[in-house]
Amino acid sequence: GLEACLMDTRLFNWKSQCLAPLPPLPEKGGEVRYGLIPEEFFQFLYPKTGVTGPYMLGTGLLLYLLSKEIYVVNHETVAAVCILSVIIYGVKKYGPAVAAFADKLNEEKVATALAVKNEAIKSLETAIEEEKKEQWRVEGCSYLFDAKRNNVAMSLETNYRERLLTVYNEVKKRLDYQVAMQNLKRQKEQDHMIQWVEKSVVQSITPQQQKESIAKCILDLKALSKSVQAAV
Amino acid sequence: MLLDVKLGQLPTWLAMRDFTPGGVVGALRRGYDRYFNKYINVKKGGLGGISMLLASYVVVSYIWSYSHLKHDRHRKYH
Repeated sequence: GLEACLMDTRLFNWKSQCLAPLPPLPEKGGEVRYGLIPEEFFQFLYPKTGVTGPYMLGTGLLLYLLSKEIYVVNHETVAAVCILSVIIYGVKKYGPAVAAFADKLNEEKVATALAVKNEAIKSLETAIEEEKKEQWRVEGCSYLFDAKRNNVAMSLETNYRERLLTVYNEVKKRLDYQVAMQNLKRQKEQDHMIQWVEKSVVQSITPQQQKESIAKCILDLKALSKSVQAAV
Repeated sequence: MLLDVKLGQLPTWLAMRDFTPGGVVGALRRGYDRYFNKYINVKKGGLGGISMLLASYVVVSYIWSYSHLKHDRHRKYH
């Protein structure tokens, strides 16, 4: 966290606008000779004193410190010498191995970050594809709605016609009923009238008339039989 | 910038410096940032980055304890 903001301040110090993807870290740090003195010091003295200048300076400085006993040689010096020798031996022997291990750790970190980035890019690309497909589907929607509209109109028409048929049947039934009623009434009137006429006729035939009519019928029959006998 | 100052102009350069607490803190921060970004915040940082810090710590602690070490000198007059 802290180192991240320091990394940002590196840019803020130099350039006024900040770049959206951060530039990659430099590959190697500043050169350091013998692990203690930066290379710039040697370069600084090279024009005036050549290659051996800094070493002569170092030797002179060391002798001055020792002779004036600004650096005092006591038990701590022995301890320092032992510790330094052990450290230098350790660094020379295991330095490359540790460096390789650290590099591997870094590689893994970078690889996971890159994998996440690629995953994100891929998922976004598939999302774009899906979106395009949805847009294509929306275009086809108009056809779908036309078909549905046709279906609905068809069913409305069918329903309307069914109801029309029902209405027609109902009206016909009522009219048939009226017609049947009228027919029945007329029939009944006719029957009643016939019966009444028969009854009155039968009543009006008095016994006297009955005798006279029977005698007349016998005379007619005789006449007929005579005409038939004559014809044969 | 300090390296660009000529030796004769050093007092004037020192007078120009900002010695308020904020200025001092800013100078320390800038120095820290420069050192950090040059030697430590790199892909393949070497031993020099921390060893220089440890060596400077050793030197500074020696200087602070010199008044005690003076008594261990082998000769009185040099």
